[in-house]
Amino acid sequence: MKFAVIVFPGSNCDIDMYHAIKDELGEEVEYVWHDAEDLSGYDGILLPGGFSYGDYLRCGAIARFSNVMKEVVKAAGEGKPVLGVCNGFQILLEAGLLPGAMQRNTNLKFMCRTVGLRIENNETMFTNGFVPNETIKIPIAHGEGNYYCDDETYEQLKENGQIAFTYAGTNPNGSRGDIAGIINEKGNVLGMMPHPERAVDALLGSADGLKLFQSIVKHWRDSNVVTA
Amino acid sequence: MSLLLEPTAEIIKEEKIYSQMGLTDEEFQMVENILGRLPNYTETGLFSVMWSEHCSYKNSKPLLKKFPVTGERVLQGPGEGAGIVDIGDGQAVAFKIESHNHPSAIEPYQGAATGVGGIIRDVFSMGARPIAVLNSLRFGELQTPRVKYLFEEVVAGIAGYGNCIGIPTVGGEVQFDASYDGNPLVNAMCVGLIDHKDIQKGQAKGVGNTVMYVGAKTGRDGIHGATFASEELSDSSDEKRPAVQVGDPFMEKLLLEACLELIKSDALIGIQDMGAAGLTSSSAEMASKAGSGIEMNLNLVPQRETGMTAYEMMLSESQERMLIVIEKGREQEIVDLFHKYDLDCVSVGHVTDDHNLRLLHNGEVVADVPVDALAEDAPVYYKPSSEPAYYREFKAMENVEPEVENLEETLNQLLQQPTIASKEWVYDQYDYQVRTNTVVAPGSDAAVLRIRGTEKALAMTTDCNSRYLYLDPEVGGKIAVAEAARNIVCSGGIPLAITDCLNFGNPEKPEIFWQMEKAVDGMSEACRELNTPVIGGNVSLYNETNGTAVYPTPVVGMVGLIENLSHITTQAFKKAGDLVYLIGKTNTEFGGSELQKLVHGRIFGQSPALDLETEKQRQQVLLQAIQQGLVQSAHDLAEGGLAVALAESVFGTNGLGVDVDTTGSAVTALFSETQSRFLVSVSAEQKEAFEAAVSDAVQIGTVTDSDTLVIRNEGNTVIQRSVKEYEKSWRGAISCLLN
Repeated sequence: MKFAVIVFPGSNCDIDMYHAIKDELGEEVEYVWHDAEDLSGYDGILLPGGFSYGDYLRCGAIARFSNVMKEVVKAAGEGKPVLGVCNGFQILLEAGLLPGAMQRNTNLKFMCRTVGLRIENNETMFTNGFVPNETIKIPIAHGEGNYYCDDETYEQLKENGQIAFTYAGTNPNGSRGDIAGIINEKGNVLGMMPHPERAVDALLGSADGLKLFQSIVKHWRDSNVVTA
Repeated sequence: MSLLLEPTAEIIKEEKIYSQMGLTDEEFQMVENILGRLPNYTETGLFSVMWSEHCSYKNSKPLLKKFPVTGERVLQGPGEGAGIVDIGDGQAVAFKIESHNHPSAIEPYQGAATGVGGIIRDVFSMGARPIAVLNSLRFGELQTPRVKYLFEEVVAGIAGYGNCIGIPTVGGEVQFDASYDGNPLVNAMCVGLIDHKDIQKGQAKGVGNTVMYVGAKTGRDGIHGATFASEELSDSSDEKRPAVQVGDPFMEKLLLEACLELIKSDALIGIQDMGAAGLTSSSAEMASKAGSGIEMNLNLVPQRETGMTAYEMMLSESQERMLIVIEKGREQEIVDLFHKYDLDCVSVGHVTDDHNLRLLHNGEVVADVPVDALAEDAPVYYKPSSEPAYYREFKAMENVEPEVENLEETLNQLLQQPTIASKEWVYDQYDYQVRTNTVVAPGSDAAVLRIRGTEKALAMTTDCNSRYLYLDPEVGGKIAVAEAARNIVCSGGIPLAITDCLNFGNPEKPEIFWQMEKAVDGMSEACRELNTPVIGGNVSLYNETNGTAVYPTPVVGMVGLIENLSHITTQAFKKAGDLVYLIGKTNTEFGGSELQKLVHGRIFGQSPALDLETEKQRQQVLLQAIQQGLVQSAHDLAEGGLAVALAESVFGTNGLGVDVDTTGSAVTALFSETQSRFLVSVSAEQKEAFEAAVSDAVQIGTVTDSDTLVIRNEGNTVIQRSVKEYEKSWRGAISCLLN
């Protein structure tokens, strides 16, 4: 499986994503610059964390107008897995690929720590390797991770099983319903604030995030093995 | 259009306008002699900023010469953007520490943020990829709204810049003392990784080669920042707010990536950050180092504001700019490279052979001065030094134990002292994981980062107990270096080298100069003994508010090499049943200690003693034991002594406790700050092997699964309290003081 790590000006978790895929997952991966016009050669699209365009105006608000985003929307439409982490999640929200918006953390401070995450739906292409309600340890590092959506959207998210992860224990940022990550209705676009790519090597504290990437690969193999 | 007319050369001299820029009468006379004529307004500005203490080290040079600066691993000593040390396999580590004290006192967020930005540029201007940032902060007691504001904003500024640019802020230290009330210290250190073949120098070589300006546009911010940094603060310092620069970490991220791509190009001749004194220092220093000259047309400099004068452009300290020298004829490929990152890249001049810095503006020559005069020929002052009366008084005092009634509660209070308390409130705001190499996060003795693709890691720390230095600058200077090395050793690393940031008061006062002199003597001796040369650093003087100096604070930033990932060690106890050892004898030493401060509200007497030979020997033996896999945890004994070290080793271990027995007087055994001591835990199976390896280690107890901290003295229980309770006090103290 071949992944694209999209690099916007100001992305800074691109290298982490790249090495998680290459060194720990053992799949193919390439950096793709924000002005790219074709993503057809990639099977999975990864939008890394960071401060695209310095978070000026609003997190993700400028990046979503990048050339490559037209292609990301297209890839999402084709059903390819699209994962946005942290700033990548914010860009997916701004691009309208996922519902809702981000507010500043309730304590108005950036926070970096490892938190517990509960798997709310283990039947997605991103979570099939987890057991129901499994709790995993994944780092967060953000200043604006306080997810918000209106009542109607929240009910829909719950009803459709679109809430992939919630914070287990203390909610660090005040997000609605303890939401840490959501998928689109079709189930192939995941946005999450915690950083699974930072949790792929026990030497650095946790390897729980690796299962997320393995889930994507498993799903891809299962659905492509016939045509291969 | 600027409507202000600049004063003529004659008026500058007659009305002593140069003195407002920081030049003395004698210095102005020297300038006149060098030029053989009167300098104009722009030229006077160039000299005043290049001859400021911040750029020229004119008051500290005679002292800096005392530092050992060479060693078998040193690839680049002081004098460039950052020092560089070999770590084998064609790789090296580049690092440097720098102060941003004065800007942070006036505008804490931007002052701290641009301090981080500046030190990062110093490191990547060498061609190194910055991998970590550390900082060393000093504030007044966390009691007044002003100090709380400074503390919160400085931390926010460091976080804002470091998080955005995506370099992990992995460690450092924060201490609080009344001497820093009006003059906080904000020292930032950056560590970078580089292949030997990529090492760059800031040199303008090759007559005719092109001088290019890259990065952010020049504005009027930070004009005379370096001069401001070389004055004492006073109640009117707020008026200097325009001398504080504003940072843009996004711009720097682009500049960083572009420059790291640039160093792979063989068209690059030299590169230097436009730091203090901006365009002036970068151009004059690059030409001076190469023995060449530079001519620049200032009309070509990208400008953020209209009507800027030559004086303003040359003295601006706008951030995120670099000056590069490119092989003539290859400008376009460099322009294309920077345009990929949406950055300005403009040819502004060329290298000449006349050893002058010649500036053109609006078709006229506005400055024409020898580069060596600016960069090398600043006057050097040998300031008078005199031993302060307080020192003699303290030296004559006997070492006595502070009176303590309740040991258990005293430990609780010590754990809540802001200098000892958990700094989680601080580092929770720093992204310390980005780039996924951080193996040991903030909170242990040193931060540890793996080197991707190898089995090696780097340990890094900053240290300085300024209370010891105030009581005895020479011994305190030794301790600062020794303690940094202890932190590296406890993490499993070989201490490689140091960078230092010498924060002192006004050197024109003989007592302050004496403090500097003695501190440098002590540090130099320790560096020689521990084989950790000084590869660079920074001097920050005039740290005084309304005539009162900060404690002498020569912050030591040290980097160590961990030869194998399996050597990485932390201070936390690992499992119940492990044996707890104390290495080093304990004496009654409370001068400058946390307990003395707690009980008496002030510090006095003699600083703890330090024997460098003992120190070195213990460090070597402990490191060998760690490398042989005989040690589960290691922690150096510092502020608050053994009791605090035991608490810190048991915190965060989720249910472990410890039970130890001590000998001698309980107060001394628990809280004395005798140097060169370590607290180590060892698996029961490795008891014999460890004891054979570390012969002066004494077993004092065991790690338990009881969640209780038990300390006995001569068999009697003197402390027995739940770890959770102590941990709560320690963890919550700083946020409690802020609310």
